[in-house]
Amino acid sequence: MKPKLLLFAFLLILLNPSFAQNEDTLNTIIENKPLNEKVNAPFKSTRVIMSHSIQMVKPGVLDFLILHRFGNVNRGLYEFFGLDQATFRLAFDYGITKDLTIGIGRSSYKKELDGFLKYRIIQQETGQNALPISMVVVGGITLNTLRFADPARKNYFSSRLGYYAQVLAGRKFSEAFSLQLMPTIVHQNLVTNSKDPNDLFAAGIGGRIKLSKRISLNADYYYVINKNEQLENFHNPLSIGFDIETGGHVFQLHFTNAIGMNERVFLTETINDWADGDIQFGFNISRAFQIKKKRN
Amino acid sequence: MFRKNILIVAPLLFTIIVQAQDKYFTKNAKIDFFSSAPLEDIEGKNKTASAVLDIKTGSLHFSVLMQGFEFDKALMQEHFNENYLESDKFPKAEFKGSIINNVDINYQKAGTYNAKVKGTMTLHGVTKDLETTATIKVNDDNLKAESIFNLLLSDYNIKRPAVVKDKISNTIKVTIDAKLDPLKN
Repeated sequence: MKPKLLLFAFLLILLNPSFAQNEDTLNTIIENKPLNEKVNAPFKSTRVIMSHSIQMVKPGVLDFLILHRFGNVNRGLYEFFGLDQATFRLAFDYGITKDLTIGIGRSSYKKELDGFLKYRIIQQETGQNALPISMVVVGGITLNTLRFADPARKNYFSSRLGYYAQVLAGRKFSEAFSLQLMPTIVHQNLVTNSKDPNDLFAAGIGGRIKLSKRISLNADYYYVINKNEQLENFHNPLSIGFDIETGGHVFQLHFTNAIGMNERVFLTETINDWADGDIQFGFNISRAFQIKKKRN
Repeated sequence: MFRKNILIVAPLLFTIIVQAQDKYFTKNAKIDFFSSAPLEDIEGKNKTASAVLDIKTGSLHFSVLMQGFEFDKALMQEHFNENYLESDKFPKAEFKGSIINNVDINYQKAGTYNAKVKGTMTLHGVTKDLETTATIKVNDDNLKAESIFNLLLSDYNIKRPAVVKDKISNTIKVTIDAKLDPLKN
């Protein structure tokens, strides 16, 4: 009888909250919270460099993008190392929700209009049984508005259209390092030669390493699987550059062999080769405007 | 013999019951901060801070997850977590301290009391002493604690880059508004 009672007393001492610190009480309260936190900001911009990134435009934010590419740097002083030639793409991306972005843009190259929808299916989390990656799908359409080369023949509006679709699967491995894979398909209604494929498949990879809180080193690369055999000197696009973030702006400065600034162009028309020094200097400027305030 | 044992056990049982009524807590304390700057005001709001007050000892503990601060501008929120507070490295801010004039507060009688609070504040991985005043409103079935104090970013090693140094104030006004309910085990 007596040992049992003593044991009971001992248990009571153990269970007695006066022996537990305030801290423990508070910790228990906090632990009750769901621990799965969303992982934000895998990239500073919604573009790695050329390609879409798993970073979404924030809801209610209008992102004004100016993408600029100069000519080839190996053209020498006469062309001021390519700076005499410039092409650009002006674009607006808008965050409808935190997981859905709509964007439109116009490139000076081929006077091409493009539009896309980008939807984040899953977002990476931390915590127990957390989703290890973010997955985003992008679907885009491009419209060439150059005058038809041969107005005499029967031209169709649909010939001007191209489409692309891609899956971005990425992970922010650490505060500094993010990586994403980007299987992509491009469809062109009209191609230059009868032997050119209408459907192109490409496997892309993109990533960033943060060098400081506001500067990161980025790169993206696409391997085009069934590249256009007719375009003998097609090269896979590779871009390397820096992101510099200053509050509402992100500046991306980079070197690339890619031609054009939408997926339809740079996956089908990149004839520049890094090995020959056919690279272009370029920059993207992203400026975020908060259009719709958050509801409180 | 049996009676002797009862003498040991009964007070222990009693402390469990009493203890439960000594503590007040909340998981929905409001913590806001505000910084006035020439370029734009910076204001973050958090409605999910946790707090525990032991009315017997006056011991007070606040804890808040940095990711829970919400801003009007989404980009500001991202920069707050990514660039300034480094919320992945330092996920929460904590205050551990006590009401030093706890004896002056009659928790049995409804009314508003002035409290002097002293303790340590941990923010961005830096722990500093903090002393401030608060008001405790004793209601029939809960307590309301309110306080306003200033923090200096430089005290907590929160760096402002040179380009925005003039645009972001070093002084941050923190407002606490907590309604605490009795903690039932």
